[in-house]
Amino acid sequence: MQIIAFDELKTDYKNPIDQCNTLNPLVLPEYLIHAFFCVMFLCAAEWLTLGLNMPLLAYHIWRYMSRPVMSGPGLYDPTTIMNADILAYCQKEGWCKLAFYLLAFFYYLYGGYNFEIEYPSVYLQMLFVYETDTE
Amino acid sequence: MQVPSGYGLHHQNYIAPSGHYSQGPGKMTSLPLDSQCGDYYSGLYTVPTQNVVSPSTANQQPGAQQMYSRVPPAPHIVGSTLGSFQCAASSASHLHTSASQPYSSFVNHYNSPAVYSANSSVASQGFPSTCGHYAMSTVSNAAYPSVSYPSVPAGDPYGQMFTSQNAPPVRPAKDNSFSGQNTAISHPSSLPPPPSQQQHQQQSLAEYNTPSWSSAPGLPTQDSLKRNNTGSLAIANNNSANTVADCLSCPVIQNVHPPKSSPAVSTVLSGASSTRMPPAANHPVEPAASVTQPSELLQQKGMQYGEYVNNQASSAPTPLSSTSDDEEEEEEDEEAGIDSSSTTSSASPVPNSYDALEGGSYPDMLSSAASSPAPEPTPDPDPGPAPASTPVAPQPSKMAKPFGYGYPILQPGYQNATAPLNSGVQPSSTVYSGFQQYPQQYPGMNQLSSSLGGLSLQSSPQPESLRPINLTQERNILPVTPVLAPVPNLNLELKKLNCSPDSFRCTLTNIPQTQALLNKAKLPLGLLLHPFRDLTQLPVITSNTIVRCRSCRTYINPFVSFIDQRRWKCNLCYRVNDVPEEFMYNPLTRSYGEPHKRPEVQNSTVEFIASSDYMLRPPQPAVYLFVLDVSHNAVEAGYLTVLSQSLLENLDKLPGDSRTRIGFMTFDSTIHFYNLQEGLSQPQMLIVSDVDDVFLPTPDSLLVNLYESKELIKDLLNALPNMFTNTRETHSALGPALQAAFKLMSPTGGRVSVFQTQLPSLGAGLLQSREDPNQRSSTKVVQHLGPATDFYKKLALDCSGQQTAVDLFLLSSQYSDLASLACMSKYSAGCIYYYPSFHCAHNPSQAEKLQKDLKRYLTRKIGFEAVMRIRCTKGLSMHTFHGNFFVRSTDLLSLANINPDAGFAVQLSIEESLTDTSLVCFQTALLYTSSKGERRIRVHTLCLPVVSSLADVYAGVDVQAAICLLANMAVDRSVSSSLSDARDALVNAVVDSLSAYGSTISNLQHSALIAPSSLKLFPLYVLALLKQKAFRTGTSTRLDDRVYAMCQIKSQPLVHLMKMIHPNLYRIDRLTDEGAVHVNDRVVPQPPLQKLSAEKLTREGAFLMDCGSAFYIWIGKGCDNNFIEDVLGCPNFASIPQKMTYLPELDTLSSERARSFITWLRDGRPLSPILHVVKDESPAKTEFFQHLIEDRTEAAFSYYEFLLHVQQQICK
Repeated sequence: MQIIAFDELKTDYKNPIDQCNTLNPLVLPEYLIHAFFCVMFLCAAEWLTLGLNMPLLAYHIWRYMSRPVMSGPGLYDPTTIMNADILAYCQKEGWCKLAFYLLAFFYYLYGGYNFEIEYPSVYLQMLFVYETDTE
Repeated sequence: MQVPSGYGLHHQNYIAPSGHYSQGPGKMTSLPLDSQCGDYYSGLYTVPTQNVVSPSTANQQPGAQQMYSRVPPAPHIVGSTLGSFQCAASSASHLHTSASQPYSSFVNHYNSPAVYSANSSVASQGFPSTCGHYAMSTVSNAAYPSVSYPSVPAGDPYGQMFTSQNAPPVRPAKDNSFSGQNTAISHPSSLPPPPSQQQHQQQSLAEYNTPSWSSAPGLPTQDSLKRNNTGSLAIANNNSANTVADCLSCPVIQNVHPPKSSPAVSTVLSGASSTRMPPAANHPVEPAASVTQPSELLQQKGMQYGEYVNNQASSAPTPLSSTSDDEEEEEEDEEAGIDSSSTTSSASPVPNSYDALEGGSYPDMLSSAASSPAPEPTPDPDPGPAPASTPVAPQPSKMAKPFGYGYPILQPGYQNATAPLNSGVQPSSTVYSGFQQYPQQYPGMNQLSSSLGGLSLQSSPQPESLRPINLTQERNILPVTPVLAPVPNLNLELKKLNCSPDSFRCTLTNIPQTQALLNKAKLPLGLLLHPFRDLTQLPVITSNTIVRCRSCRTYINPFVSFIDQRRWKCNLCYRVNDVPEEFMYNPLTRSYGEPHKRPEVQNSTVEFIASSDYMLRPPQPAVYLFVLDVSHNAVEAGYLTVLSQSLLENLDKLPGDSRTRIGFMTFDSTIHFYNLQEGLSQPQMLIVSDVDDVFLPTPDSLLVNLYESKELIKDLLNALPNMFTNTRETHSALGPALQAAFKLMSPTGGRVSVFQTQLPSLGAGLLQSREDPNQRSSTKVVQHLGPATDFYKKLALDCSGQQTAVDLFLLSSQYSDLASLACMSKYSAGCIYYYPSFHCAHNPSQAEKLQKDLKRYLTRKIGFEAVMRIRCTKGLSMHTFHGNFFVRSTDLLSLANINPDAGFAVQLSIEESLTDTSLVCFQTALLYTSSKGERRIRVHTLCLPVVSSLADVYAGVDVQAAICLLANMAVDRSVSSSLSDARDALVNAVVDSLSAYGSTISNLQHSALIAPSSLKLFPLYVLALLKQKAFRTGTSTRLDDRVYAMCQIKSQPLVHLMKMIHPNLYRIDRLTDEGAVHVNDRVVPQPPLQKLSAEKLTREGAFLMDCGSAFYIWIGKGCDNNFIEDVLGCPNFASIPQKMTYLPELDTLSSERARSFITWLRDGRPLSPILHVVKDESPAKTEFFQHLIEDRTEAAFSYYEFLLHVQQQICK
């Protein structure tokens, strides 16, 4: 979803203000859901999975801590988003995360077959991935 | 090379060449050395420069090519050369002591067996000496075939190759053939051009439009040459001696348009030259491409041309047969990306092809040389002398010193870029000699061998911009005249058309071909724009259809090419477009069918009156809203008086039409609106005290028509200063007031001028004091450079969306968090004015400044609802923008208002390699609504050459533009990262670029800090930046001052910014009319610039420092009483008042001079500078001395220390 959005930006279809306004509200939920999963893994004592997710969690925390000064939630500042470096970075970030979520999805799916106990979390994760993918 | 040991290695190198020269002509011997001894520069540089000059002159190739063309003659040459030449030989040998190996290798490389054979054949023919040489540079778009052709046997030496690409297909013959008009034996101009040429032509046609095609009556060919965008080098040798003159002329065709510079270049070898080079053998020049290409190709090319020549000459047998296809050659050249090849055929048996090589690799060199009108002069002279078929050199003067290439010590003028002008005219003979004698290569050749490169740098004649300078040994680095923008190395035609550097500058006037090359150069690539500058002359075009490229929407500009009368090719995306019917008619000349003569195609800065297609809504009227702080603090400061006064004076001069509207708001802890509706007897004040939820008390009547309600407005302005005199309200509800202003303005858009005197303390957007005064002089961390809240930014974005710009006047005596407040202007394309410690009584200079600024502010031009789009040639892309605006898209800036004092900077990156093009263009299109309600588009187009060698990149650096761009980047860095990071980055910029340059000249002494001449001011400017308020550390700097300096860096145009960074210092107690300029009937003296160091200040003098926003006149203790009396109107030093801010109008000559000089400096400044007369001893002198940036301060390096520091970093 974000990738598409940034691509739109790059190709000049959309006003950066609008784009940031649509993206910013989604950032925090994404991070929270991911954090929630991490907590779930922690509860389920899935250390390996948790370990895989920890770097991303740390990244999310860092990213949110170093966000530009803004009053609302979100990460993206319409005045800087058009900077080529930042735009490229955001786009790359989007692709990487998509790949990670996809891989994680299949990994959880596989894990789910083996350990039925994890079923609920897998289901949730599926939902989430679906959401990020299609939006 | 054993020259004076006393000199460093460096020196030796230089000296060596000199030695050569002296020997050569036989005359020499001594001199150069002496001169060298005397003065570092004169000595060292003279020699090389001389070389440069002579060769350049000889080769008429424009600019860079020439310079480069003087390739190292192979050692062999020497042997071949006869007596006159001995000198050359000797010189060569000398040179070789150090470099011989490299050269030999080089030679081998270049001289392919084939070449030699050719040479040998020629040699065998044994030509005596006189060879008239014509070197014409023809640049073909794509290929640079070097041709060697035997020239006509007898007297008419004119074998001129002319490949004119531009020539219209219709009359190919004419263009192509060089008619020896001058020569008794003229080559039939009508001869059919060789196939290759035709091809060239076609290509050229496709790519180029030749605006003025008709050739001058007398010299068709020459004209054509001039007009050709591409310079082709054709060299024809004349054997005046007759017999068998085999002249191998090698026309080199350059793919790279860079040759543009060379369009008209022709090199003439006159008999004089022949004397020097007894053996007349022309060697095919190898094109620059040769580096990659085998020489054989070259020969082939040469052969073809040779045939052609022969045909023309209808004489000499062509020794060589052409084996290669021109097309192939061209393609190869293109692929090779050879910049240019200029070839000179030399009389010497040795192949001169080097020049071609050099030329190829160094197109930019041309720039320096090319900048001069060389091309034009060249053609004329050539034909004249040549026709004579006598050895006489075209230019008498040059001829006079046939041998003198070395000798005549260059005059300073020669060293200048302009010097090359002569080159065009000079006889080729000198050139050749130059070649032979100087086996040098250009650094660009690095690829071949680094050692070679090093050599070449040392001894080779280089373009002025590449002259290496040992910074640590150069005491007077600052030129005495203002630094001018370098001229891009284009051909004359394009140069004339190119955009003025005042509006549009690029940090690199030679664009590197690839990002890799750019990275290697370690220099920033970007544009500096001043798009809405006040222009005295601006073609305004009204037409129904504005011609634009259909795919990239580029406006038609002088750099497009007309394929034929009905089609043009976009120079940015290369799409072929149709020429609309309307465009065929030229309103200026009232002629039909000459689309290339339309004003759009003749001017790189034009303004279109746009049709309704360019409007989203009907053009808005001019709307001005003033939002004034009337809290206790503001009233105390008394700015209202100044403002009211200025407004009353300038009310009629506000730009606008009959629809102009104006409104006023004041605020303290509440917000006051003024109902000025026509018909009221007096202004009505409406107070809104609910600052948490602001609303407009009446929807209309707050913004009123200026003319209908003028009386009310005047009443209000007269009353305003006294309305709040007794206020006790200390709070400031700026945020809510801005919200109200936004609501008021949003239906129309326009300009909001906010006057604020303190930290906003109420309602939305309130701010806390963040500055810790104890940290002001901290050397560590400077915090709070960024905004504390995003309220002002969001507000600005909202305003921007409604086409409203917010201009901020901050007149505060204490910290007001400008970093946060500035956001309201930054993102709404407003401007920011800051008057620290403003008080109308206590600080009269600030009051005066405000008054003058307001006058300018109120009356200057303004554009509303503007957008600016910057386009550039495919392969380049915008990276980051600097300035006050909102970036709407990757190349679109949204500017609610545009004013003539706004500057912008753009960082560029090279996304795709530019190898298949030789020119890049940048176009800014500023679409705005004028104050008269017209929709207009102002278009600037800049065209720059592409180069492939590092040396060329360095040769084209525009150091001022680079500094301004770096300053912008440093501001960003300080905000996003930290100030110390930004400072490090600035130092690293110097270290990296100089060390990168150092590595291109490899074997040069590592102990010295060497910079190319084009970058010689780079360290100085960076040091100045580091000592600038924005970036300095260790000196007490208030946070607001610092932030304001940063804002200015971001939004000032280059001219003003440079003064801010590096002030100009003049001595004014001895102004004379020498060199004075006349402006409006006034004589304006032009004193030389002094370097910014206390060592230049003498107690006996008076000095004027121009800091852009302030002038300081420093009066020395021992200053002549006459001056004090005549200019300052005080009897003696002691009686000069402490605070003096003006020069009295005295009726004395010196007073008149001083005043006219200051007035002249002041003209056209956006911020009218305030004059401070500073006595030595007065406390204010610290203000003055902090600008002496070359001196050491407690916290910062002196210039020399800085250089040592940089050197240390490089050596690490």
